Amino acid sequence: MSRLPQSYEGVAVCCPVTVPYVRFSPESAHWWAGAALQALAAHTGLRPAGIDGFCFASFSAVPDTVVGMVQHLGLCPRWMDHIPTGGASGVMALRRAARAVQAGDAELVVCLAADTNHVDSFRQTLAGFSRFSQDAMYPYGFGGPNATFALMTDHFMRAYGVGRESFAKICMAQRANALSNPHALMKRPLSFDEYMSSRAICDPVHLLDCVMPCAGAEAFIVTTPEKAEAMGLKAVSIKATIERHNAFASDPIQTRGGWAQDVDRLWAAARCEPEDMDMIQFYDDYPVIVAMQMEDLGFCRKGEVAAFIERHDFTIAGTLPLNTNGGQLSAGQAGAAGGFQNITEALRQLLHCPLGAQIPQARRALVSGFGLVNYDRGVCTGAVVLEGPVSHE
Amino acid sequence: MSDPLLPPQRKDPLKMLHLGHTPPRLRSRAAKAMAVRAGQGRFVLQVCADCQTATYPPRDRCPQCWGELRWTDQPQDAVLLAETVVRATTDSFFRGHLPWRIGTVQFCSGLTAIAHLHGDVATGDAVKMRLVLDRGGNPAFFALPAKETPNMQDDPQLRVFTAAPKHRRILVTDGRSRLGQEVALALLNAGAGTVFLGNADRLMRFDGMDRMLATPRIDMVPLDMTDSRSCQELAGLIGGRVDVIVNTASHVRPGGVSQGSRLSTLQTAMEVNVAGLMRLAQSFGPAMAGRSDDGVNSAAAFVDVNSVYGMTGKQGFVGFAASAAARLALVAGLRGEMAAAGIRVTSVLCGPVDDEWHQTVPSPKVAPARIAKAVVQVLEQGLEEIYVGDVAEDVAQRWLKDPLLATREENQ
Amino acid sequence: MSTNSSLCGQVAAALISGKLKTVDLTNTLSADFPVIVLPAEFGQCAPFRIETLSRYDENGPAWYWNNITMNEHTGTHFDAPAHWVTGRDLPHNTVDAVPVSDFVAPAVVVDISAEAAADADFIVTRSFLEAWEVRHGKIPPRHWVALRSDWYKRVGTPEYLNLKEDGAHSPGPDAAAMEFLVHERDCIGLAVETVGTDAGQASHFNPPLPAHSILHGNGRYGLQCLTNLDKLPVFGAMIVAAPLKIKGGSGSPLRVFAFFDAE
Repeated sequence: MSRLPQSYEGVAVCCPVTVPYVRFSPESAHWWAGAALQALAAHTGLRPAGIDGFCFASFSAVPDTVVGMVQHLGLCPRWMDHIPTGGASGVMALRRAARAVQAGDAELVVCLAADTNHVDSFRQTLAGFSRFSQDAMYPYGFGGPNATFALMTDHFMRAYGVGRESFAKICMAQRANALSNPHALMKRPLSFDEYMSSRAICDPVHLLDCVMPCAGAEAFIVTTPEKAEAMGLKAVSIKATIERHNAFASDPIQTRGGWAQDVDRLWAAARCEPEDMDMIQFYDDYPVIVAMQMEDLGFCRKGEVAAFIERHDFTIAGTLPLNTNGGQLSAGQAGAAGGFQNITEALRQLLHCPLGAQIPQARRALVSGFGLVNYDRGVCTGAVVLEGPVSHE
Repeated sequence: MSDPLLPPQRKDPLKMLHLGHTPPRLRSRAAKAMAVRAGQGRFVLQVCADCQTATYPPRDRCPQCWGELRWTDQPQDAVLLAETVVRATTDSFFRGHLPWRIGTVQFCSGLTAIAHLHGDVATGDAVKMRLVLDRGGNPAFFALPAKETPNMQDDPQLRVFTAAPKHRRILVTDGRSRLGQEVALALLNAGAGTVFLGNADRLMRFDGMDRMLATPRIDMVPLDMTDSRSCQELAGLIGGRVDVIVNTASHVRPGGVSQGSRLSTLQTAMEVNVAGLMRLAQSFGPAMAGRSDDGVNSAAAFVDVNSVYGMTGKQGFVGFAASAAARLALVAGLRGEMAAAGIRVTSVLCGPVDDEWHQTVPSPKVAPARIAKAVVQVLEQGLEEIYVGDVAEDVAQRWLKDPLLATREENQ
Repeated sequence: MSTNSSLCGQVAAALISGKLKTVDLTNTLSADFPVIVLPAEFGQCAPFRIETLSRYDENGPAWYWNNITMNEHTGTHFDAPAHWVTGRDLPHNTVDAVPVSDFVAPAVVVDISAEAAADADFIVTRSFLEAWEVRHGKIPPRHWVALRSDWYKRVGTPEYLNLKEDGAHSPGPDAAAMEFLVHERDCIGLAVETVGTDAGQASHFNPPLPAHSILHGNGRYGLQCLTNLDKLPVFGAMIVAAPLKIKGGSGSPLRVFAFFDAE
């Protein structure tokens, strides 16, 4: 193992905001980004001049990038970044902002993801999603990500003897968690029979394995502990992070993500174990990816996830709370904001200001990112171990 | 086994036809280069010129050493690793074809690819891969059973990628020629429902007339490709029913440019071979385009039987070669237009045909029956270009290698 | 002098009153009207073709017009002396140079319809013409000799060209008949309903193609592909046949009509 990265000492993560999602929105990504800034301002009193770092993620802001967004929203940062990695964008934004603050390149970075969802914008986003997708994936039935994940799921289930019952348990737990989240798009309990009998979309992926695309925005602040205190903001600290792209490229079908390559460094740097986590906030575009992360992030060995899922209760009151806001599967997937929502949810749980039910005595969280199915697999992976303030004990 | 395809039912006049959608068409330049080879029936992947590693999807540099990539023929064996049935899509074309089976295949090189699946293949099977063109003219992998299965060609997903003659109604433009007649008979043998066989002069007898008139499922129709009204009138009569057009019309006469040349011959060749093709496309194209996705017996293809000398010119047949070149250019334009509509446009390129106008040309010459076989082949395999016979293959190979040299050679 | 006392005035009055009847002798120019077929090694006569330029559409919102193409000898047409090698050195031998006075000329109609119906290869001989003159009177000078064969009734059927494996079969004159009409009766030309002034098999005659050869070699004209010769009187019809003024042209499609006393 090469040398461990420097610690994230001197970095405070605070002020999670979620702009409530809607299924379809006629507004633009710019409108949703502005709404997130407005929500941040409502908590902090921040004005544009107070923001000297800006990290942005979006699919639907085209033709604009962070540059267009900065001018559109009247910001004047001395550091900025654009993260085009969708489901991995939250972890990656956090890592980059943390280092910028640590290095003094910025004092207060707003990390923000916003996406709108017009009628038909999902199809249009898919049609031009990536070169490999347009050349070699979507022309094959144009099932979108459902088809890609169906092939991965089909192979994963055969290779490791995982049945749909395992996925049912994940989806049902997340739905149970969502019921206390007033912003979740899914508001009815999910039964096992309902899950098992939901219609096939791309076998073996069924309707209730799929997220619902929607519009929304997520944001949080990365700053110094001093600045956070001066602003009266409670803060969470970063114990360790990892990031990896295009790992295991020669695996014929994805059965493991880049986490598996870096998981030992993650726990070594964090100086703790998976068992120390009070919650896992996993990227959950499909339940197979949640299961894969349980293996790849060290909660069980490869091939043993079915038994692991069987052993645990993933509800907020359970043995290993998972995606406590309902995750994307039950709260909705607001484009790139889907890669931020598990960070904001972890922050809220650690800061004890949840949208819904609170995990008692929550202190540590593992948050993961998984992004950009550029062709036949997710290319970008990341994870972060967060630790909340002691004062809540 | 696949269910054998049944003859099409008559249409319910109260039902709206399924519009001529095409699959998603946006592609990289590399994918377009792959399409060109797919249209020739080749099975290719990119291989690095430096480290010899094969790669997929189409890239612009080798992902191992960043060397330049070359399209290279590959073995067609693969194994099916995973499969899914797409049952929901936002795409207008595939919506009309659901459920749609796709899978992940692994080639012997270890590379994997997403592929369309034949109904007779299942996960774990050895499969035979084909590189096909979709309705929009873009390349696609198709996994077939390793060994022929009953009615294999009738698989509904496979049929989307071909213009197989079975049960289709086909217009062959020149029934007065031996070539047109051989093509008509070959298409009937391949299962065509009806062959409309064009006759440019119904008042004038021609060799083979009695046989054509006596052959069931051949319907002689008036069609003079030098006459716009004749084309329009025939389109008015059968335009809504023609699924495939095979243009066999050709006016071939020997002649030079400065010597032994006859301008009127060139003009007639241009009228028949070039303007005729445009008249045909104008008259029949729009109706075919509207029916390109109209069930398993949709309108499917426009095949132009032309001369390989359109690529090089040809001493002794200069005017004819000029008309063939013009025809190639028209076909290229038509291909682009019809790709957007979901109709395959194909050139069947021949050397000297064994007919009365090539008496002075030494063997080998290509027999009309051999060309007819190639016409059936391009339809069944959904090809865009084929060279028929020894001369055409030789000229095309030399042209592909060094176009200017081949041109010089053919004109000395 | 009143207008009605002039010759022209009398003709005008007769036309207006219907005392002079007009008959169209022209076939419709259309793409499917047959043209003469020569052996494949020769240049071929272009058929009539028409391509619309605009018809109150985006290519011309308020007007309709067509481009037309054809040979000089397509459809109902006029043969000038220069059409044949025998007439190549004559003066005024092309359509632009033919004296305009020759475009209006009287006709004598020789009925060969019964003979042609019985024998598609019927040959008009000198003795046939002499026998005809015994019945009808002498063929006057500077007349079109119009051969009424009823061949025009075959237009639209294969029997019009009547092309068999040994060539075309249609009636026409032999050399002696042509010498007789040109030199002894001074005809202005030969007017026929068939596709050529010569018989279908005339390329096998000796000398070959006597009508073309003798007519044009002596500065006379041909009119071909006519209709309605059966509607003309034997004597007394006036034929108007004015070809297009094509510079150096060998012939021309044209509108041919005749007028004659209605009574």
